[in-house]
Amino acid sequence: MSSAHSHLLYRHGDSILHRLPAHAKLLALVGFMLVVVATPRDRYLAFAGYAVLLAFVAVAADVPFKFIATRMVVEAPFVVFAVLLPVISTGPRVDVLGLSLSEDGLLAGWNILAKGTLGVVAAILLAATTDARDMLIGLQRLRLPARLVEIAAFMVRYADVVVADMQRMRIARESRAFEGRRLGRLRVVAQSAGALFIRSYERGERVHLAMLSRGYAGAMPLVGHAPVARRAWVSVATLPLAAVGVAVVSGWFA
Amino acid sequence: MHVPDGFLDAPTSVATGAVAAAGIAVALSKAREELDERTAPLAGLTAAFVFAGQMINFPVGVGTSGHLMGGALAAVLVGPWTAVLVMSVVLMIQSLLFADGGLTALGTNITLIGIATVAAGWLVTRALLAVLPRRPASVVPAAAVAAFVSVPAAAAVFVLLFSAGGQASLPFGPLLGTMLGWHLLIGIGEALITGLTVSAVVAVRPDLVYAARDLRPTLKLRQADGTLINAAPSPAGTGRTDDHAGSRVGLRAVLAGGALAAALIAGVLSFLASGSPDGLERVAESEGFADSARDHAFGNFALADYGEIGGIPVGLAGLLGVVVTVIIGLAVFRFVRRRTDREENVSA
Repeated sequence: MSSAHSHLLYRHGDSILHRLPAHAKLLALVGFMLVVVATPRDRYLAFAGYAVLLAFVAVAADVPFKFIATRMVVEAPFVVFAVLLPVISTGPRVDVLGLSLSEDGLLAGWNILAKGTLGVVAAILLAATTDARDMLIGLQRLRLPARLVEIAAFMVRYADVVVADMQRMRIARESRAFEGRRLGRLRVVAQSAGALFIRSYERGERVHLAMLSRGYAGAMPLVGHAPVARRAWVSVATLPLAAVGVAVVSGWFA
Repeated sequence: MHVPDGFLDAPTSVATGAVAAAGIAVALSKAREELDERTAPLAGLTAAFVFAGQMINFPVGVGTSGHLMGGALAAVLVGPWTAVLVMSVVLMIQSLLFADGGLTALGTNITLIGIATVAAGWLVTRALLAVLPRRPASVVPAAAVAAFVSVPAAAAVFVLLFSAGGQASLPFGPLLGTMLGWHLLIGIGEALITGLTVSAVVAVRPDLVYAARDLRPTLKLRQADGTLINAAPSPAGTGRTDDHAGSRVGLRAVLAGGALAAALIAGVLSFLASGSPDGLERVAESEGFADSARDHAFGNFALADYGEIGGIPVGLAGLLGVVVTVIIGLAVFRFVRRRTDREENVSA
């Protein structure tokens, strides 16, 4: 379970962002996103400003732009929707390159594209600089209900185990010449899912008994987490404050 | 269906956030009754399981990626309240560690994927179990139909939210029809996976299926004098029973259940549809497929006023959506299959 400390988007490093406490980063990200989401969609300048801010953060975090770009695929389905919006929306129409598009739809598509992209990039930056354990501690310090943090902690730990089990079963199926071609084979795949659940569950029962016998009483001990220094709060507050600044300045030009 | 940042306006996001918080608070207190002292580890495990299931992701276009949502599955396996917690945790982790779903849209996502699918799934499961014969195997068709219904239910909630706080003026009726159309197909996939998964679990460990808890036959003991008595119920999670009845209910029953539900929903939808002869034409026009340069029939359609569906033939739009979805879905499926084949050949 050594891999429980890292995850797909995490990028090992020792930048200033890596060192900042997770809950402070989380608050900064939420603050930044609130400003972004609240920005009127026709302040194009402001969105450019936000993008520049995120670029600065990426440089400070030592995360290459290529790393971010390749991980932005999660957004793809909504890009399709944003591109389709000008075509399917109602309202007054404008001609763009010979196509009659809805004005409102164009704005709405732009709005979703801009805000969604900024959100995804910001979330990637957070995930790239915060490992799973720190994130959980951060959530705990943000007073998320203990039960939820506990479930999340177990989920993060078990995710690798369950996925690895899934891979093993796939290899087992394929080494028996299984090919998931026809619909009828769905039965085999789903039965594997059932078997996976039973395996994982029984494994969980054993692990839980082992934990109980070692004195687990519902919470993992929190070790060695000093209160956040004021300087950390200041550096973390830079991003949302700069975003507010961008929003205000763009208001003068609008 | 993970909604990104900026998709819905601020008041809607805040409102769904409040709904999500309230739902989680209720679930936290109620979940204790479902999983006794083993709550957290096993709920965490179910979360990991749902997470693994959600990794099988296939794009279906127009704003949605189709993958197992898992709300109904989780509700049937661990009970509705724990399922709400499980789904919320999965969504939270996805948004924080995988950038999937916007952070300011987390409340929306929990309301849609966490609460709506679980609520719809669990209600349908309970309703069907009340009608079906009382044995563990009945959980399988119930879960399949519940999963099937849960997906379009979440889609309908999404359309309501989008009408209230969406950033674009899309006519409500056709949007609802198209979304339901897409998600009926996704729902079939969800029903198949859920039904078969539950059938596999019921066949081996019916005691692990929360929905089948009360359906297990009581153990009869024959006394020395030949009379039968009911044995005292064993504590949950320890008894292995040799009830393999569930394994008989396979793909066919699940397919039949899904088809039945599809017919039911299509029936309800077409009942809603008005008999206006130019229905299809109007939908096509509003969707921009027809002559999009013409003045729009829905140009003055009051979006916020979603109580009035008026003359918009939801059923027809739904059917259209299903047809388009099937065609695109098959094309995508072929494409993906060919690609994965190639990738597998390379990696092998």
